[in-house]
Amino acid sequence: MSTHDLTVPVAAPATPWRQRLGTMVPILVLAPSLAASFIYVFVFTLWTLYLSLSSSSLMPTYGLVGLDNYASLWANRRWNIAYTNLFLFSGFYIVGSMAIGLLLAILIDQRVRGEAVWRTIFLYPLAVSFIVTGTVWSWLYNPVDGIQAFVRGLGWTDFSFALTANRNTAIYAVIITGIWQSSGFAMALFLAGLRSVDPDLVKAAQIDGASVSRTYRKVILPTIAPIFLAVAVIQIQFAIKTFDLVAALTRGGPGVSTTFPAIYVYDLMFQRGQIGEGAAAAMMMLAALAVVLVPYSLWIVWRRRAEGRNG
Amino acid sequence: MSALMIRDLHKSYGGLEILAGINLEARTGEFVALVGPSGCGKSTLLAMIAGLETVTSGEIWIGDRLVNSVQPKDRDIAMVFQSYALYPTMTVRQNITFGMESRGVPKAEQAEAVKRVAALLQIEQLLNRKPGQLSGGQRQRVAMGRALVRDPKLFLFDEPLSNLDAKLRVDMRTEIKKLHHRVGKTTVYVTHDQVEAMTLASRIAVMNQGSVQQFDTPKRIYDRPTNMFVAGFMGSPAMNFIPARLTGSTSIAVRAADGSDATLALAAPLPAGAPKDVVLGVRPEHIYRFTTDLKSRKPAVEPIQAPVELVEPTGAETLAVLRLGDLEITGRFEPDDAPIMGETITLGIDMSRACLFDPATKALL
Repeated sequence: MSTHDLTVPVAAPATPWRQRLGTMVPILVLAPSLAASFIYVFVFTLWTLYLSLSSSSLMPTYGLVGLDNYASLWANRRWNIAYTNLFLFSGFYIVGSMAIGLLLAILIDQRVRGEAVWRTIFLYPLAVSFIVTGTVWSWLYNPVDGIQAFVRGLGWTDFSFALTANRNTAIYAVIITGIWQSSGFAMALFLAGLRSVDPDLVKAAQIDGASVSRTYRKVILPTIAPIFLAVAVIQIQFAIKTFDLVAALTRGGPGVSTTFPAIYVYDLMFQRGQIGEGAAAAMMMLAALAVVLVPYSLWIVWRRRAEGRNG
Repeated sequence: MSALMIRDLHKSYGGLEILAGINLEARTGEFVALVGPSGCGKSTLLAMIAGLETVTSGEIWIGDRLVNSVQPKDRDIAMVFQSYALYPTMTVRQNITFGMESRGVPKAEQAEAVKRVAALLQIEQLLNRKPGQLSGGQRQRVAMGRALVRDPKLFLFDEPLSNLDAKLRVDMRTEIKKLHHRVGKTTVYVTHDQVEAMTLASRIAVMNQGSVQQFDTPKRIYDRPTNMFVAGFMGSPAMNFIPARLTGSTSIAVRAADGSDATLALAAPLPAGAPKDVVLGVRPEHIYRFTTDLKSRKPAVEPIQAPVELVEPTGAETLAVLRLGDLEITGRFEPDDAPIMGETITLGIDMSRACLFDPATKALL
């Protein structure tokens, strides 16, 4: 055979610049976006970190003041509310939209009639921007001309539905709206996952005598576990940068009850001229993301290693 | 007693008829193969036996029980799927015990059963692995283990070897045959591969377009196919079909390459009422190089002239494409005695092994 030909260096003067260009092209094509990602992610993150330790007010200044900004941030009641809201919202929003999305996906997966219509209906909220969602739902929640007014108009004059009017319940109005917006998205991903499961697996479970719920719990859902993670990670970053939904729905009110970190950062940096403290708040948002994403990526690495060992 | 009995089984989706009156029976311990081209309804039939498809009309009996409306889990069957359908997130052990766990079998009994099956299939060292870490042949074995552990009345196989490469397929075929010999369970085996059906089955049901064409032993199916479909489907290279004309009650004429008619004497007289035009069916291995010595050994061999168009040596045998009238037929020769491309040889056709078909009904005469 002539396989050795491949390893013998061919004495070809075949234009080395051309070959070099061939290897350079992918790098050249990728370079702008790589450079942009590097600058926007790492450089700006480091710059923000530096600002958060500086005495910057209306304009960035570079005199370091240590952790003063963090101290004043955490002494602020409004920031504490915002940070609590973030965890409350993220928890309910992610669990809620995944649960409802999964339920819808399982129901649609039963080969219902008019499947495409249902799918479109449930996916529609995703096509609407958070601003529109927030505005429309703020009308629905409005006691004077929303759901409460409608039901009272039907005759139940004692009916009360005014989540956004009460500072204790307003956050739940945001959560419900968020779930409405993104459970369709979760459904689409889950449905794709369910559809990718080998139908023979379900048949095998049927012959093995597993009930429908056992088949889902033990066979189908574990098979699509990676999709749960994917949905959760996407939802988490949605949740942490929540800004426009709240801005349109409650404007952070009533009072400061639905303030979110992103709103707070915006406020400090661009309304009140406290760039240092705003940067500190932004770093705390990054910390919140890291709390979730660092264990996740460690887990991915660990799993890959474990698989490598067993394989 | 028969372990499986199917009576006048029909299946249709809307107006489309998939199965049109299937009658089938498997005796206890028998290995029945369902074979046919894709779309013939063999997999649907298997799914109906398993209870994964509903019955439109007709009856399915497993043992002495009518199972038409019995759930798959209560039919006392086990199935091996084409894709193996191993639960990907469970270990091999969990795959095997999943069914028992669903039924609430005590742990100690489960462990005992796993041990027995693992020893039988030699998969002890794989028990703690996940299906993703197994090779094709190992997965196949685990899938069989999952079926065996149930100790069912009836084993169902749905094209279990079609995902394996050619060499492994032959190995696993042998293994399935050995296993069946050892366990002795009634088995229904779906395949589109006629070699698999011939080698494994004690009886074969050849299916086409939703009905059973012939249900018989491999030998009877090969030697006396009931119609031209069965004759053409079973055997590779396929049987040669040569148009012929009756010239008497014991002789037929076929057209040779030069346009003249050659008369061949039949080994047995045709039944009365046979049509004037017939189709002579000859398997490639029943075509020889004609010699007087051959004639004395096999008196039913009849001579005919044919030019050799093409020769295909495969090592163990040599296939030759021969011209007869305006059609090409295939002959199978010993490599040492093979014809040469371009020569015209005198063929000897073994008429005692040949079949005659009615060209109108395609049925065996």
